[in-house]
Amino acid sequence: MLLAVLAAGCAVSDSAAAWQPSVDLTRLRGTIRLDGSSTVFPISEAYAEEFQIAARGSVRVTVGISGTGGGFKKFCHDELDIADASRPISQHEIAECRAQGIAFVELPIAFDGLSVVVSPRNTFVDCLTVSELRTMWQSSAQGVITRWSQVRPGWPDRPFRLFGPGPDSGTFDYFTDAIMGREKDSRGDYTASEDDNVLVQGIANDPYALGYFGYAYYVENQSRLRVVPIDAERGGGCVAPSPETITSGRYQPLARPLFLYAKVAALERPEVREFLRFYLAPENSELIAQTGYVPLPAWAYEAAWQRLERREVGTVFLGRAIEGVTLDDLFGRAPTLPAEP
Amino acid sequence: MSPPAASYSAPHLMRRRLRGRLFEWLALASTVVAIVVLALLLLDVLHDGLPRLSWSFLTNYPSRLAARAGIAPALVGSVALIVLTAALALPTGIAAAVWLEEYARRSWLTRVIEVNIANLAGVPSIIYGLLGLGLFVRALNLQRSLLAGALTMALLVLPIIILNTREALRAVPRSQREAAYALGATRSQVVWGVVVPAALPGIFTGIILALSRAIGETAPLIVVGAVAFIAFLPTSPLDPFTVLPIQIFNWVSRPQPAFHANAAAAILVLLVVLLSLNATAIVLRDRARRSLRW
Amino acid sequence: MITLPRPDVAAPQRLRARDLRRPPRRTLRELACELPLLLAALVSIVTTVGIIGVLAAETLAFFRLVPLGQFLTDTQWTPLFLEKHFGIVVLLSGTLLTTAIAMLVALPLGLLSAIYLSEYARPGVRRVLKPVLEILAGIPTVVYGYFALLFVTPLLQALIPGLAVFNALSAGIVMGIMILPLVSSMSEDAMAAVPRALREGAYALGATRFEVATQIVVPAALSGIVAAFILAVSRAIGETMIVAIAAGLSPTLTLNPLVPIETMTAYIVQVSQGDTPQGTLEYRTIFAVGTTLFMLTLALNIVSQWVLDRFREEYQ
Repeated sequence: MLLAVLAAGCAVSDSAAAWQPSVDLTRLRGTIRLDGSSTVFPISEAYAEEFQIAARGSVRVTVGISGTGGGFKKFCHDELDIADASRPISQHEIAECRAQGIAFVELPIAFDGLSVVVSPRNTFVDCLTVSELRTMWQSSAQGVITRWSQVRPGWPDRPFRLFGPGPDSGTFDYFTDAIMGREKDSRGDYTASEDDNVLVQGIANDPYALGYFGYAYYVENQSRLRVVPIDAERGGGCVAPSPETITSGRYQPLARPLFLYAKVAALERPEVREFLRFYLAPENSELIAQTGYVPLPAWAYEAAWQRLERREVGTVFLGRAIEGVTLDDLFGRAPTLPAEP
Repeated sequence: MSPPAASYSAPHLMRRRLRGRLFEWLALASTVVAIVVLALLLLDVLHDGLPRLSWSFLTNYPSRLAARAGIAPALVGSVALIVLTAALALPTGIAAAVWLEEYARRSWLTRVIEVNIANLAGVPSIIYGLLGLGLFVRALNLQRSLLAGALTMALLVLPIIILNTREALRAVPRSQREAAYALGATRSQVVWGVVVPAALPGIFTGIILALSRAIGETAPLIVVGAVAFIAFLPTSPLDPFTVLPIQIFNWVSRPQPAFHANAAAAILVLLVVLLSLNATAIVLRDRARRSLRW
Repeated sequence: MITLPRPDVAAPQRLRARDLRRPPRRTLRELACELPLLLAALVSIVTTVGIIGVLAAETLAFFRLVPLGQFLTDTQWTPLFLEKHFGIVVLLSGTLLTTAIAMLVALPLGLLSAIYLSEYARPGVRRVLKPVLEILAGIPTVVYGYFALLFVTPLLQALIPGLAVFNALSAGIVMGIMILPLVSSMSEDAMAAVPRALREGAYALGATRFEVATQIVVPAALSGIVAAFILAVSRAIGETMIVAIAAGLSPTLTLNPLVPIETMTAYIVQVSQGDTPQGTLEYRTIFAVGTTLFMLTLALNIVSQWVLDRFREEYQ
C-alpha cells in the first residue's frame, strides 16, 4: 500500500523534493486536523497530500470543508489544529476563542480574486459594475429582481439562475461585505453549495446562469466558464482577475488574501510544526500556483514563518476594513488582540 | 388458462380480445421499461468507469489530481464499517428475533416491540444519521469516528435482521420443536440446539441482505462522518473514515469529467461487492431449500 | 444432522398430559438465558426512544428561537442569511414535487408490471424478470444519483431546452424507477393472495384475461396495492442521495420541474457536509427539518399498515 503511495508520489511536482525537512518526517506521528473555507480547501488539500507522501504516511492530515464560519467555530472549540479561512477572523470569533482559551496565529498564505463567472454560451454579459452586482444579489432582490433585463436595460428578458457559496462560507461573507456593504446581506433563492465544484457544474451549460467563487475554481474550469470583468466604479474601468491584477490591487473590490489560523497549543507538536514549515516554504509555493490561486512573494512566507516562531498571536485586522488589502497591510503591522473585557 | 368459447357476438368478442392484447403489451412494456433503464444504467457506468479500473485505482489514495486518485481508504473504510456493524448488529438482531419468536408470550410488550420494529424499518435512513449525530457523535462524544458510523448503521439494519430472522425461525416446523421438548429438552436447548441451527441458512440470507443494504448507504454516514479529504487508512474505530458511497458522492460532485470516470469506476467496485454478497445469499437460500427435508 | 442435548433429568419420570401442553418449567438458568435476549429486543425500543429524544430535544430548542407559526407559514427558507426566514413549506414543496414526479413513474409502471408478472407471464419469464426487478431495488441510491445527473439530465436537456443542470424532473424520474420494484413486488404479493377460485369463476363466465385482471384481481387485491402506493410515497419522501446529487441545493417555492429546488433530505445533507457544531441555530434547523420528515413518513407508514390490516380480511 505504501509502495503504491510512493509510486504515485514519485509522479509529484519536483518542488516538494527541493524542500528539506528539518526532521526525519517518517519519525513523526499524529493526526493534523484542518477544516474551514472551501476556497482554501484546494490549497490545503494539495499541501496535505504532498506532505503525507513526503512523510510516507506516518503523519495523517485531514481537511474538511465546513466553510470559514464553520471552521472557526470548530477551531475555537478546540476541535481543529488549523483553520482554513477566506476572510480574517471576526470580533465575535476572537471572543469565542478567548472564552475557550484558544490562542491563534494569523498566517496569510495566498491571494484570491473572487471571480464572477457565466457560461461561455452567455453572449451578452461583457462587464458588470458593483452596483449591478448589488442589484442582483442583495437580500431585497429576492423574488423581485429575477430577470437579466432588470439588471441592465438591453439585456435579454430571461430569468437568471444564480449560484454561489452558502452562508457559512468566508467567500460568501467577503462577497456580501464587498458588494453589498453588509455581511450576509444576500438573497437566499440561489443554489448554495459549500462545494464550489457543484456550482461550476450548474453554471457551465446554462447561458442564463451566473455565479461567484474563488479564482482557483475559475482557473481550474477555464474551458467551461467565462469570467466577467468587474468595474469597481472608482475610475479603474472593467478589470478581469489575473495573478497580476490581483496582487497589484487593480482587481477590486474582489481581491482578497487567504489565511491559515494555527492554534498555538498545536505548535508544540513536531508534526504540526513541520507541516506548517512545509506549507510556508517558499520553494513549495508552486503548489499554490498549481491550484490557480496567487502565491505571495518569498519574503511574505518568511515573515509569516517568523510570526509563527515568535508566537505573535492576534490579527492585523482589528478595526480595519477587510477589502482592498495589500501585502503591506498584511505584514507591515503587528498582530493584535482586542483588550480583555 | 384461456377463457372457454363463449356465446357472445363475434365482433364484440374481438374487441374485448383486442383490448386485452393491447393491455398485455402495455403491461409487458412497463416491466420492460424498468429492465431497459437498468441496462442503460449499467452500460453507462461500465462505459465511463471500466477504462479507469486498475490495480492502482484500488490502492491509491484520493488526490486532487483525478488520474492519481484511488479508493483505498474508501474501500478499507467500507469493509471496516461492515465488519464493525455486523459485530454490533448480528448478535443483537438475532437475539431479539429469537426472543420475539421463541420466548415471548403474546402481551402488550411484544405487540409494542413488533409494531416498533415494523415502523423502524420504514424510517428514512437519514433520520438514523441524525440519531447518530445527536447521540453517538455528540452526546457520547465519539466524534466523527468509525465507531459512531458503525453504531448508527447497526441501528439502521437491526429491524431488517430481526424481521428476516423471525421469518427464518418461523419456517422451522413445529414438529422439530415438539420432538425436542418431548425428549425433555429445556426451552433454551430447543432454541439453540434445534431451531436456530435449522434456521441458519435463512438467517444468513437475512444477514447478507441487511449488510448489502448497509454497504450502499450514504446519507446517514455523511451526517455522521464524512470528511472531505482522507488520505490514510483507518487503524482504530476512533479514527475518521470514509466509505465507498461517500467517495462516489464526492467525485460525482466535482465537475471535471475525469472525476466522473473515477466515480463510475468506484461504482463498479461497489456493484461487484454487492453482487458477490447477493449471489452468496441466493446460493445459501437455494442450499437451505434443498437441504431442509421436513 | 441435528443432535439433541442430553436431557436434564436424573431418572425417567412419567410424562403427564399437561407437561406436553405447557412449556417446560422455568429454572433460574432459563431465565438467565432469556434475559440477554429480552434486552436485545428492547434495543429496538431504545432506538425509537433515541430517535424521538434526539429529534425532540433539538427541535424544541429550535422552536424556542423560531415561532412555530413562522415555521409553518413563511414562504422563504433562508435560515443562514442576514434576513432569516424559516418557511418549511419551501423545502416541503421541493420534496413533494420530486415525490409527485416519482409517483407518476413508479405507480402506473409498477402496477402494470405487477399485473403482467402475476396474470400474464409464463413461469419461465417470471423467473427471469422477478430477480431483475430485485436487482433494481438493490442498487445503492448514490449510483442512481450519478445516473440522474450524468446520463438522464443531459438526455433531457437535449429534449427540453432550458432545462437546468439541477432540476426536479431528472431526479423524480430516476427516483420513480428506483421505487418501481417496491410497488411491483408488493402489488404482486397482494394479487398472488387473491384466491384462484375468484379468477376461475370469472373465466368460467367468459371473461377475458384483461377483464379478470382489471375487474376481479386488482379490486380484490386493492388493500395491498393501496398500501404499496402509500409506502412508495413514504419511500420517495425519505429519499436523499438522488435528490441531493441531481435536484439541486436551491430552496425555491415552485411547481416547475425544470428548475433547481431543494428537498428536506437534501438540506440536511447540505448542512451536515459543513459539519455544524452543537448548539448553533444551523445545527437545530437540520433537526427541525428532520422531525418534519420523520413525522410525515411515520404517518404514511402507519396509514399503509392500517390499510393493509383493515381491508385485507374482506376478501378471505
